[in-house]
Amino acid sequence: MSAFATTAKHIRRSPYQAMAAIVTLFVTFLLIGIFFLSAVASAFVLQYFERKPQITVFFVDKATKEDADALTKKLETTGKTSSIKFVSKDDALLIYREQNKNDPLLLEMVTADILPASLEISATEPKFLADLEPLIKDAQGVEEVVYQKDVVDTLIVWTNAIRWIGGIVAGLLTFNSILIIMTVISMKIALRRDEIDILRLIGASPWYIRMPFILEGGLYGLVGSFGAWMIITVLAVWLRPALLAFLGVIPVIHTLLVSATSTQFVLSSAGFLSGMLLSGLLLGSFGSLIALGRYLKL
Amino acid sequence: MIRFDHVSKRFSGQYDALSDITVQIPDGEFVFVIGPSGAGKTTLLRLLIRDILPTAGTVHVDDWNVHTMPSSKVHLLRRKIGTVFQDFKLLTDRTVFENVSLGLEIVGKKEAEIATRVKDVLELVGLAKKHRSFPGELSAGEMQRTGIARAIVAGPAILLADEPTGNLDPETGWEIFTILQEINKMGTTVVMATHNASVVNDVKKRTIALLHGKIESDEANGRYHVAKHTKKP
Repeated sequence: MSAFATTAKHIRRSPYQAMAAIVTLFVTFLLIGIFFLSAVASAFVLQYFERKPQITVFFVDKATKEDADALTKKLETTGKTSSIKFVSKDDALLIYREQNKNDPLLLEMVTADILPASLEISATEPKFLADLEPLIKDAQGVEEVVYQKDVVDTLIVWTNAIRWIGGIVAGLLTFNSILIIMTVISMKIALRRDEIDILRLIGASPWYIRMPFILEGGLYGLVGSFGAWMIITVLAVWLRPALLAFLGVIPVIHTLLVSATSTQFVLSSAGFLSGMLLSGLLLGSFGSLIALGRYLKL
Repeated sequence: MIRFDHVSKRFSGQYDALSDITVQIPDGEFVFVIGPSGAGKTTLLRLLIRDILPTAGTVHVDDWNVHTMPSSKVHLLRRKIGTVFQDFKLLTDRTVFENVSLGLEIVGKKEAEIATRVKDVLELVGLAKKHRSFPGELSAGEMQRTGIARAIVAGPAILLADEPTGNLDPETGWEIFTILQEINKMGTTVVMATHNASVVNDVKKRTIALLHGKIESDEANGRYHVAKHTKKP
């Protein structure tokens, strides 16, 4: 009887213990998976905003191109700007249309008139932003100044929060999973003590005896993580339109979620599945190995 | 070759189960180990498969010092020695065939080879027709035959039988002994711990008699003296 057949027999003999381990690992991987994807998405969002110009100056409706040019000239003479780009009302409309091309209702409601012209400014060094600020505020026709730093700082706080909370929850759940696997495997070791003794006495190698238990833990991890991946994938497909509306402005996320049958989505999903299965296998086997080390002295 | 050199074994807080045992058993020999309960017969056999370690002295099986060999190699020693137990030690959830094939599975033999070898061994012990039965469906004698088949299926150099007829009626006991004798004729060293006086006295093989953990006698054609070698109630 192969190690796989012995493992299958072990599981058939005590299905409720197996189920407890699998459900625990399923919940663990479900939450870890969701936190992982949230952390990845927040990193993309952060990266997107970090790459945007550091200051965006919006002009009032009545402001002219000359007002923008005057401000541009004044800023350039400081030598502290690395790039200044003028975005006209028409350019703003093009950007808006591109961002909302999947929502005809939003496109119908907006014309170039109601969108402000703006200047996108990047400083050569972040410390120069404070020097540029008074010049911008005193300029003619300026309505609002958006500092990307504020947005980025807020995003960093959120990203860190997701990472910390996710990390702590993942750590606790992983610890709990290992304890559950240890408990289940140690109970199986106790139940099969006679069989183990016989195998030992007739010359079975320690690894021959251990292998079915390690496979069992690994199998729990595989099944639990696969179940979690399935639920997460179904959720991702179901929530795709909402996610696109909310985060579609970010190119990476837009490319990924634009279609549930796109190569990017399928490949990312397959990669995510591989990672989940590998983690499940390792976690389950690790729990078994600890139980074997603790309760099976050969 | 089995060699005990001044071997003693003391279990914690007890008297010496074995005391200063020195004995050699050449390859291919059939040896009875007799003595009353508690004389040290089982301890002697357990030392050979390193189920326990001696308190003093050395045990050698061929070139291996059983005491000092690394734990990671003990299974190799046990593959060299087949063991038959008084309580059979069969896996109750496996058929006769599966129990016997276990001896080959653990050494990684291929299925086809296992099937052929197990079939041969089951024929040798007279259980060919029972290969699909579970231990619960067998008589005590059949269970012991299964245990013997499992012990010899991988062709061990030595066969230890710890009171293999202890739970059997006299007739079945003789059948089991006959099988062990057949195995010995094929070149396997057989060491049989027993209380079966009639077998020992009738076949006249080398007999090591233990008493209070010491060798009381070691005779080529030894006899089992019921009055001396059986503990009085």
